[in-house]
Amino acid sequence: MQRNQEDDSLMRMVREASTEKDTIAFAEELAKLVKPGTVLALDGDLGAGKTRFAQAFAAAIGVQGIVNSPTYTIIKEYEGAKLPFYHMDIYRLSLEEADELGLDEYFYGEGVTLIEWASLIEPILPSERLHIHLETTGSESRKITCQPIGREYELWCRQLQVQAVKEEGPTA
Amino acid sequence: MSDMNSSTGPSSDSDYLLLAIETSCDETSVALVRNGREVLSNIISSQIETHKKFGGVVPEIASRKHVESITIIIEQALREAGVSLPDIDAVAVTQGPGLIGALLVGVVAAKSLSLALDVPLIGTHHIAGHIYANHLVGDIIYPAIALVVSGGHTEIVLLEEEGKFRIIGRTRDDAVGEAYDKVARALHFPYPGGPYVDKLAQEATEEVVLPRAWLEPDSYDFSFSGLKSAVLSEINRSRMKGESPDFSALARGFQQSVIDVVTTKAIRAAKEFGVRQMLLCGGVAANRGLRDRLSSLCEEAGLPLLIPTNKLCTDNAAMIAAAADLKYRRGQFSSLDLKAEPILSLEDWSV
Repeated sequence: MQRNQEDDSLMRMVREASTEKDTIAFAEELAKLVKPGTVLALDGDLGAGKTRFAQAFAAAIGVQGIVNSPTYTIIKEYEGAKLPFYHMDIYRLSLEEADELGLDEYFYGEGVTLIEWASLIEPILPSERLHIHLETTGSESRKITCQPIGREYELWCRQLQVQAVKEEGPTA
Repeated sequence: MSDMNSSTGPSSDSDYLLLAIETSCDETSVALVRNGREVLSNIISSQIETHKKFGGVVPEIASRKHVESITIIIEQALREAGVSLPDIDAVAVTQGPGLIGALLVGVVAAKSLSLALDVPLIGTHHIAGHIYANHLVGDIIYPAIALVVSGGHTEIVLLEEEGKFRIIGRTRDDAVGEAYDKVARALHFPYPGGPYVDKLAQEATEEVVLPRAWLEPDSYDFSFSGLKSAVLSEINRSRMKGESPDFSALARGFQQSVIDVVTTKAIRAAKEFGVRQMLLCGGVAANRGLRDRLSSLCEEAGLPLLIPTNKLCTDNAAMIAAAADLKYRRGQFSSLDLKAEPILSLEDWSV
């Protein structure tokens, strides 16, 4: 399939969120599509709003109560209305340590997994997943870039009406 | 082999000995505690010299690391306490909250010991452990407010009476320890950088005043995510102006904001609930700035303050024994089908 050609040809889709509300709305739309085994690989700099995004997503799938940062405990598990929610932050792990944690049990488990700083463990992520990158463009505005890997996630992105962008050439 | 509870040990009849195991996250720890308060040994994997011998790296998050260390640490704890397995009257273990794979190792070890020695098993709540670490350093007077500040937790807990926990405030995003570590990242310190920020803040001569997240007027909850963003945007602002950011002034501003909010809310809770004591606990209780401010505020309010020693503030098994003692004295034991629980309610764990 085309995604296996070269990295540059990976489908990328962008949505501009001008307020925190817009970002939350995106998380809510996404929440409608998830099912057991969904893997959301979330990246973005410190302060980009990864945990905020995870909170909005968790609320949308029916997790009651507070969803706070999993940085220290690495994984926090919650019960959503229909599915368990596995919230991970692997920032403080090495790839080797992450590998030893046996994350596959979560990835291929009953619930939805959302991993903050996922790109740090890219080699051990499932072959199909949705990458979401949050970029700070202003105090509240964010550029949300989705990179689906696998047909199903590609379909999701179309449904989410994120705007597909052609990979730009090597311009400055 | 089933000659347990015999008089082979050095204890008198009324004495009892708890062996406690804590493996909820990074640390493997085993302690022996007599009569719920007297720590005979408290071995913590990252703090022992022989650590390197069995290849332990910090963090010991992976279950395999806990597995490698647990028996060695049990043996060392027994040796240091000068007791042997048949002397033990009950086995306590952190049941949750924590990382499932890490918790499981402690739970399986504790069940095995409980079964083999035919002594009761006591599944224990990690945060109850942090709070009752205070019972190892002094008497707790009820009602009391506990301010729990650690890497993974930030909570204000009301103890109306012994062993009854009510969470009245908690963080909605980052725990205090996490906020410190994330700001440390922004200031280019290696992870975990909390202690560097504390030190830098202590040494600072200037302060960049940062916002306080008070939330709703009557709320005891916390939020530190906005403060982290404020630090980041200050750094950006300086850079855009072509200046180099004053890291120590930022560290100071951050620390002042955190301490101001945390201590103010704890004192307000103490007043609202008319408590007779303040308990500080958790890994961040080692933070100098926090200790100093809370001490002076408590003194002003005429409120006695207990703070465990630094070793008892970090994750350790002696604190698990101290909390398990609540249940031991009441004969509230766990069955051998006890399960490790990544999510475990503190309030439900009450005696």
